[in-house]
Amino acid sequence: MVGTLGRNLTSKAVLTPTIIAMTVCFYGCMAWTIYVSFTRSGMLPNYELVGLAQYDRLWGDNRWHVSFANMFIFGVLFITGALALGTLLAVLIDTKVRMEGAFRTIFLYPLSMSFIVTGLAWRWFLDPTDGLQSFVRSLGWETFEFDWLVNRDMAIYTIVIAAIWQGSGLIMAIMLAGLRSIDRDVWKATKMDGIPTWRAYLSVILPQLQPLVITCVVLLAITVVKSFDLVVALTNGGPGFSSDLPAKFVVDAAFERANIGQASAAAVMMLMAVVAALAPYFYLVRRRS
Amino acid sequence: MSVAVEHVAVASAPRPKGFQITPGRIGLYAFLIISALFFLIPLLIVFNTSLKPMDEIRAGDIFDLPIDPSFAAWAEAWTSACTGRNCEGIRVGFWNSVKILVPSVIFSILIAAINGYALAQWRFKGSELILGALMLGAFIPYQVILYPMVRILSTVGLYGSLPGIIVVHIIFGLPVLTLIFRNFYSGIPIELIKAARIDGAGFFRIFFSIMLPMSTNILIVALILQVTGIWNDYLLGLIFAGRENLPMTVQLNNIVGSVTGERTFNVDMAATMLTALPPLIVYFLSGRYFVRGITAGAVKG
Repeated sequence: MVGTLGRNLTSKAVLTPTIIAMTVCFYGCMAWTIYVSFTRSGMLPNYELVGLAQYDRLWGDNRWHVSFANMFIFGVLFITGALALGTLLAVLIDTKVRMEGAFRTIFLYPLSMSFIVTGLAWRWFLDPTDGLQSFVRSLGWETFEFDWLVNRDMAIYTIVIAAIWQGSGLIMAIMLAGLRSIDRDVWKATKMDGIPTWRAYLSVILPQLQPLVITCVVLLAITVVKSFDLVVALTNGGPGFSSDLPAKFVVDAAFERANIGQASAAAVMMLMAVVAALAPYFYLVRRRS
Repeated sequence: MSVAVEHVAVASAPRPKGFQITPGRIGLYAFLIISALFFLIPLLIVFNTSLKPMDEIRAGDIFDLPIDPSFAAWAEAWTSACTGRNCEGIRVGFWNSVKILVPSVIFSILIAAINGYALAQWRFKGSELILGALMLGAFIPYQVILYPMVRILSTVGLYGSLPGIIVVHIIFGLPVLTLIFRNFYSGIPIELIKAARIDGAGFFRIFFSIMLPMSTNILIVALILQVTGIWNDYLLGLIFAGRENLPMTVQLNNIVGSVTGERTFNVDMAATMLTALPPLIVYFLSGRYFVRGITAGAVKG
């Protein structure tokens, strides 16, 4: 009995610093931000409650509208794009190609790099005066235009392209691992039934990987909400604030415009976006178990 | 694309040993090669441009190969690239990143390993709750936490300092790393621990002489995850490291962003390559471990 108590004590003692750090830094800070989002805080925190005034102001701010809408544009296109490209590459690699290792290495390497590096590389490649546009024009196609990077209406799509470039490899790796884990008997059965392989992939194999697809969607959705570095390096939110995202809006509000109330309200909206992205996942996990 | 997939799939239907050349097979390779180019081109252009002198960059376009490839721009980026008026090169950021990286990686992995071991092998009432709370914490966006964290760290005098940013990296690394180690140590038979306990070994004795020697694989995964994750961090370094300790990613963005006189694209791109290189080397050396590390850590950051 003494032994049991003793071992629990060591285990608890060892975990205590982590528990304190977690409670204070994660949940304490989160509670603080949520509370402050209902206060009169401006340049400095002010603990006088004013109800939803900060949220009223936030939703009256055009820049926030653009950021929030961009999160959905970016989210939908990036998640479907990365999922489609990643899965397609996994399926193609799964059909026994030569130099599989080389292809896998190439598709996955962007994942090891900083979003800052990715953003800068794409910024140069898409720059109308020095990059792709000027190259195509130098080939003789004088009217070729690809100015998304400096075009208010299109800048957000350059972020989608760069994010797909960085993220598809992860999906490929996860889906390929899933495809390789499919039971041989399943394949044999589809062969015996004379189902063409592409049909087998679409109607038999990929549906079996549904849990993996859900995991991928959650991972990508979290990337969407948290995307900050990529925007900073690629467009810095511009032209104007046309490619702004909530993650950047909050950091700018807190550390550049020094408006703690607005930063907190926007951060709480981000938190709600994460909850919205996670809720279906946890619901499915619970239902399955 | 669906057409190509169809052909491809039909071609490979019997999973043949030999390779048949069919239109589908050609379509498959064509698509894979185009995809490979899509993934390679942005970085190759950065690399290509970093090897050219400025007049060649101005005269030609991005796909022109350098006439006389030289690493001169790399040397300049390393020793004298400018951030505003400060022209000491990106090596400052490199060494700052090293100073941040080494202690952050060592302490975060050590703490998480012991945490995971405690949560897996020395369970007590509430240990599952702790794990759950820790995991949920990983999903909170940094933006929700940043400002109050800044205030806490300034209160204890760590804001804008090297120990400050190290502590921040350790804390933000805890959830995912702890989970990785807990899952690993859960797989170790409890009989092993029981036997060791009968022999009189205690919590730390068992950890250091039995658990740790068995953990090489998982340590490598954690190491890859933390080294690439912390090296590539931008936001935390920007906010918490302070002027004197800005990591390489932040300095890189500042170098590229500071326009004083004429843009030196070759130096900017060489600085980008230098920043990208350490995690790329980790990637090429680590092979399969990298995928495990990244998938384990994908919820982080």
